[in-house]
Amino acid sequence: MRHRKRAQVPARLICASALLSAIASMLLPAGTGTFAAGAVSAGQPADLSRLMSALAQRKHGHVTFVERKYLSILDSPVESSGELLYEAPDRLEKRTVKPKSETLVLESGVLTAQRGRHKYQLDLQQYPQVVPFIESIRATLAGDEAALERIFKVTFGGTFDRWTLTLVPLDPKLARTVRQIEIAGEAAAVHSVEIREADGDRSELTIGPDVGQ
Amino acid sequence: MSRAGLARVLVWAALIGLASIVVVRARYTADLSAFLPRAPTTTQRLLVDQLREGIASRLILIGIEGGSPATRARASLELGRRMRAQSQFVSIQNGEPVGLDRDRALLFEQRYLLSDAVSPERFTVAGLHAAIQDTVDVLASPAGMLVKSLLPHDPTGETLQVIDQLGGEKQPPMTDGAWSSHDGKRALLVAQTRAAGSDTDGQQRAMETIRREFAAAAGAAAAGGAAAAGGATAGGAAAAGGAGAAPLRLEMSGPGVFSVEARGTIKHEVMRLSILSTVLIMLLLLRVYRSPLALVLGFIPVASGALAGVAGVALGFGLVHGITLGFGVTLIGESIDYSIYLFIQARQPAGSDWQRMLWPTIRLGVLTSIVGFASLLPSAFPGLAQLGLFSITGLVAAALVTRFVLPELIPARFDIRDTARIGIVFASVLRRVRMPRALLILVPVLAGIVLYAHRGSLWNRELSALSPVSAADQALDGVLRSDIGAPDARYLVIVSGPSQESVLEAAEKVGKGLDPLREAGVIGGYESPARYLPSLAVQSTRQKSLPEAPQLRDRLQAALAGLPIRIERLQPFLHDVEAARTQPLLTRADLEGTSLGTGVDALLLHDGRQWSALLPLRLPPSFALDVGRVHSAVSEAAPGKAMVLDVKAQADQLYSIYLAEVLRLSFAGFLAIVVLLFIALRSPLRVLRVVAPLVLAVASVAVILVLTRHELTILHVIGMLLIVAVGSNYALFFDRRTNDRHAGEVPLTLASLVIANSATVVGFGVLAFSVVPVLSALGSTVAPGALLALVFSALLAGDLPAVQRSEPA
Repeated sequence: MRHRKRAQVPARLICASALLSAIASMLLPAGTGTFAAGAVSAGQPADLSRLMSALAQRKHGHVTFVERKYLSILDSPVESSGELLYEAPDRLEKRTVKPKSETLVLESGVLTAQRGRHKYQLDLQQYPQVVPFIESIRATLAGDEAALERIFKVTFGGTFDRWTLTLVPLDPKLARTVRQIEIAGEAAAVHSVEIREADGDRSELTIGPDVGQ
Repeated sequence: MSRAGLARVLVWAALIGLASIVVVRARYTADLSAFLPRAPTTTQRLLVDQLREGIASRLILIGIEGGSPATRARASLELGRRMRAQSQFVSIQNGEPVGLDRDRALLFEQRYLLSDAVSPERFTVAGLHAAIQDTVDVLASPAGMLVKSLLPHDPTGETLQVIDQLGGEKQPPMTDGAWSSHDGKRALLVAQTRAAGSDTDGQQRAMETIRREFAAAAGAAAAGGAAAAGGATAGGAAAAGGAGAAPLRLEMSGPGVFSVEARGTIKHEVMRLSILSTVLIMLLLLRVYRSPLALVLGFIPVASGALAGVAGVALGFGLVHGITLGFGVTLIGESIDYSIYLFIQARQPAGSDWQRMLWPTIRLGVLTSIVGFASLLPSAFPGLAQLGLFSITGLVAAALVTRFVLPELIPARFDIRDTARIGIVFASVLRRVRMPRALLILVPVLAGIVLYAHRGSLWNRELSALSPVSAADQALDGVLRSDIGAPDARYLVIVSGPSQESVLEAAEKVGKGLDPLREAGVIGGYESPARYLPSLAVQSTRQKSLPEAPQLRDRLQAALAGLPIRIERLQPFLHDVEAARTQPLLTRADLEGTSLGTGVDALLLHDGRQWSALLPLRLPPSFALDVGRVHSAVSEAAPGKAMVLDVKAQADQLYSIYLAEVLRLSFAGFLAIVVLLFIALRSPLRVLRVVAPLVLAVASVAVILVLTRHELTILHVIGMLLIVAVGSNYALFFDRRTNDRHAGEVPLTLASLVIANSATVVGFGVLAFSVVPVLSALGSTVAPGALLALVFSALLAGDLPAVQRSEPA
């Protein structure tokens, strides 16, 4: 008898999964936009390698951020702010505090978004269009040069002490959404990430100082 | 053989042939719900229907273990793909986004009819301003991408609102693209079968399909793993391939799986136990008779009876429950008695006439049994009525075959060993232990004390006591269920009404009543079909909230003051709202092929003229649900239309009702037996002499069971009825012996009783060791009970004449 008092699982699950994917598929590019990093030098592979190995030293980070989005649909940019957390090699968390509380966590290839009472989860493998974004951020922070170069054409600019990495998606499909990602920093510290989308919208993520451990 | 005799044998053979055909063509089930009542109330019928046919009864939970996480995930995806191609399954879920495009399109297109937020206030200047401000805020957040593409069409964020309304439920974690358990050790799938849970054959076919497809999927997954491991590893976090890992294993659980397994277990048990008890009884009888022919002949009534019993149930009920078959085993122990009486007692000194001397006693014994079991026939418990019919048909057939057919089959020079010695030994044992009969009065007194002392724990009132599902299987079910995050649908709100619209409206009212409880944490949440398909009334209200185009344009213009967006960009919004204002309302047909449609189908039932909406409640984090508060909220929200159903409590209560019914019926049967005996014996003293040992035996068995920590179930009561049925034969023989000094030879009568009793005790004793609770309950009741009935009958019999070995004639 016990086994019979069961819930209406299917409806629940079906709908949850519907949602989740609905949200997920649209949500991701934003998530990716947060952290970007990338590298490759046509001319100075030594600098890129040096940068990468310096980044790889970093096992965790906890910083504040301010993000401005310039959207063609809006007359003025919208701003959000909060904290970013990173644990090597594959955990990223973006806690947006203003204007709306929202948490986005990437962990072992699974992205979880929490908005109010609602929680959505999705596996990046099911959204190949998104994987390179996330992977590029993760790979940059982890100093994983090989992973970056699988997805982007990486251009290193400046010097190790004051550098920029310009990432352009190799996959033409992906390039239809994101034109390029530019990451700037000083030595092992990432200062800003700018994402330019193909439709002209862009977002600027400015990273503040370490909040500390 | 005489001409009449030949005719009898031919009639018997023909009937056996017919019965065999019926038995072969009968339908068999092991669904526990066959033991649920033909329910008298609406609630109970709903409950039973849910258990039999409901969506919950159609779920198969699947776990894949072994191998690496990546291999398991590949196997899960491959298995899901293969199963989706099978029409046996309505849906397969394993985390894959299947059919999402249609869902997404539907949510977007119907957002103004589906969104709870749509109201006249929402479309005032202030309402629009607030909603658009919210959306702009979301733009800044990581979810901004979602909103950005939708903004021109949906500046008030209704799509997101609909998604939030529907979703946010607990999901199993994803590993490599498929659901996995929280500990990551197994991949998970949930299949919904087309076959109802009570369709054991359909469930079995579904399980076979799953096994077959799994074997193929596991092979493919292992091969894929090897290939991936060989090629360049993609992604920084790529898992190791499956090469060299443990082979994948399949686990299944769910109501249907339980039914199939229970049927298998019962079938296996019935086979095993009937073979075992048959062999044991054969050895016993072979030793007694020293005649293989007698042995074969002795089993003819048994086989005829069992066949007739099954055929009778098949004809009477159209469906034979597995447990009824199990009951067939018990009949071996009882119906063998008749031929034992025939063979042994007929071996009387020359001139004695078995048919005249002994048959009346056996006939009375059979009648007693029939009256006893007839009391089960009116039971509202189909399973019990089946047992009653089976017993009556089986015993009548066995007795008739013994009386009319068996004597014709006995060859002229038939002989069995002289068994009188057994009777002499039994008599001398009896004499030695003979004590003042008055002492026996202590038995009911002591029994009364013991039973009174245990009155609180005497009866098991949970239906699960009858479940043949093993503890290990139930544990696996619990694990899979918690992994999948399946809510325990113990609590349901059921809304009933004459039309789909009426129940959807009532479900919406109930939902409004439940919302505050969810906020207060009294319940964890609830499901509702109205969430997927709002009532036409609500849809219409929402539609009427949408302003006409010029008005909307004016209000929007005003609302955008201070917001970083211009009205030119929101032309698609104006267009969509105007379209939504005049679009036809959403019906079930519009949801076809989407997960919303599946959701509605799961929660909205149509049964003849009655519609019902199910609103399963989720437990609050504390797991303790205050049913009273839910009840008052629900009855306030939709008076007279909705009720709260505690499935477990209802089922147990139902079972309690039937337990009480069985007790009542059994007692009525007992009274009927007493009346029958009065009519047959015409003497209060003789009736007492027959009835007293049976009562003592039943009381003693009850005490034994209680003292050995058994909680009594319905099947124990049935067992007691069997004690009366079997024991009445003993008591009647002793009574006849006492009453008629010339009624056959004492040693032979005693011998036949001892042997018949041994056969019964062996037959039922074997059952006591069954893993099927129903069978073991019967066995552990009847085996000691039959023995005690014989002992008490002997002790209470009038003084036996000195037993001497009479000279062979």
